[in-house]
This record gives sequence, C-alpha cells and structure tokens, in this order.
Amino acid sequence: MSQNLISEVTQAYLKQDIPVFRPGDNVKVSVKIKEGARERIQVFEGLVIKRQGSGVSETFTVRKISYGVGVERTFPIHAPSIESIQVIRRGKVRRAKLHYIRGLSAKASRIKERR
Amino acid sequence: MAKGILGTKIGMTQIFNEEGKLVPVTIVSCEPNVVLQKKTIENDGYEAIQLGFKDKRANLANKPEMGHFAKADSNPKRYVKEIAGQELSNFEVGQEIKVNIFEEGEVVDVTGTSKGKGFQGVIKRHNQSRGPMSHGSRYHRGPGSMGPIDPNHVRKGKKLPGHMGAETVTIQNLEIVKVDEERNLLLIKGNVPGPKRGLVVVKRAVKTPGIEPLDPKQYTTQQNNSSEESAE
Repeated sequence: MSQNLISEVTQAYLKQDIPVFRPGDNVKVSVKIKEGARERIQVFEGLVIKRQGSGVSETFTVRKISYGVGVERTFPIHAPSIESIQVIRRGKVRRAKLHYIRGLSAKASRIKERR
Repeated sequence: MAKGILGTKIGMTQIFNEEGKLVPVTIVSCEPNVVLQKKTIENDGYEAIQLGFKDKRANLANKPEMGHFAKADSNPKRYVKEIAGQELSNFEVGQEIKVNIFEEGEVVDVTGTSKGKGFQGVIKRHNQSRGPMSHGSRYHRGPGSMGPIDPNHVRKGKKLPGHMGAETVTIQNLEIVKVDEERNLLLIKGNVPGPKRGLVVVKRAVKTPGIEPLDPKQYTTQQNNSSEESAE
C-alpha cells in the first residue's frame, strides 16, 4: 500500500521516452549544462557498464576513454538535465555489470555486436 | 507561535527539484486532523489545541472518549496530541487541519519514535571504539574503565550497555520540498525518525524564522495563499 503511494508520487517525475538500452551498449548522452544564464548541450559518448536502481532513482553509468584516461559518469536516468539518450551500437555481453572492462586493454575490451 | 500536524511516515524516495537535482525525501501522509479541544489559560493554565488523527473503529474507543470525540463532532481517532501555541487558540473545535498549513520551502521540525534496537553494547549505543581484536589484547568490545576507585561506586552517567532506540527523537530544520494537497502528503527533505507507518508530528521549526501564522480560516481552504516566504 505504501509502496504504491510512493510510486504514485514519483510517477510525475518519470520520463516516458527513454530508449531501450542495456549494459554493453554504446550510447550518446546529451547533457544540458548551465553556465550562468546560458545553457548548452554536452555530449558524453561511451559504453554503458551498468544500470542500477528502479523508478525515479534508476541510474546508469557510461564509460569512455578520454585522452588515454578512463572516465565514468553516472546519470539518473530520469534527470531533466538529460536532453536525450541515443543508442549507437548494441553489444553482446553476458554480465549485468561490466566492471571487469576497467582492467582490460582497449583490444581486450572489445564487445561483439548484438543483432 | 507554533503550527503543526500529525501524520504517518510512508517511506523514502527521491524527486527532482527545480534545478534538476535529485533530492532525497520522506513521504509523510497527513490525513486531515481534527481540532478536538482548545486548551485555554482560564481553564487549563496554558494555550494549545488538541488534534485527533486517523480514524479508529468505534468499538476501540471507550465511553468517555466517545463523549470527547462527539463534542468535536468527529469520528473516534487513534492518535490524540496537543500542539501548544497562542495563535492556534483562535481555531474552532471540530475544524479540520490539512497539509496546506505548510508550504514548499518552509522549514519544520519532525518528531517521532525511533526504531527500537533492543539491548545494545556501548559501541553501537554510544559510538565508542573497540579494542584490538588480536595480539592477545583480551579487550574487544567492552565499556572501558568504570572510573576512579575513590568514590567506591560507578559515577552517574557512565556510558554502559542498555536499551537503545524506541525513544522520542526530534530532527530539526528539515525543508518541506513539496505539499501534495490532493493526496494529503508532505514531502520532507531527508529522513525522519521512526519506522514506516509510525506516527510523526510535523511542527514549525523552532530555530528557523518561519512564515507568519496564517489566518486559521485559510488553513482549511484549498488555496495555498500565504503571506511570506520563509528565509532559507
């Protein structure tokens, strides 16, 4: 009963237009960034290594290699600051959390495409 | 100087605020409270209003109780509590108090009964540290020295194991993130004491200058028009 009420309250904050994606996919995340009064969009592109949580609290983590350094960013999936999520490539993986990718070289961390 | 409402804790979740930041909130459900009695200086020596919250079955109430509820023309209520304050005395008996006495951005104190932890040692109960677990230390999770030998007794206030939790706890200066008048809900930033379904009292913050009390007539209307914004 109380769980129903919680999901009712948070219903208004959920986005309906989120594409289907899962760990192993490559995505392009457009994030709105406020600089004073100005607002611009920054793109963060990389591999989804995990999704966790449910409802409004659900988050996903994107990993990319930037100038030879691994960078991971975690976004709340329903955040209003996320303009759009584009799925670029679907990967075939057998894990829900791809933390093992962190220790691998670029060559070893290649992921087969899912068709 | 006070205004308050009784409610039950529903649980915690997160919502996005205007800046798009995720804020942790506790949902408190406050079905309309009924003013059961007014305490006056002439009669009782102090000023307060008595609030009733949450209906109960009539056969759970005894006869004197039923008479008391009948005076306010209300159903039998499970929880009856007083909120002290002079301004509140111009309420009328039988009047309903709803969540719209508070507004978004207002700062409140929330009182509840904390979760019972049972009999606990000093490490959990008083945040003491433990001794080394190895190297023959023989002192692991004990309460330490009982004090000097001179007084021939343990000094009062010595921190020892005992019952923990299930006590009245007030958390001060919590912000109200959202007021849901349709569902009679308050969304309060952060956590509030007690288990889910536990009774909590939401009052205006003592240590933060808040919004001036409204005209009691406005408390029961659906509009949420108030005079001043609270200092944040």
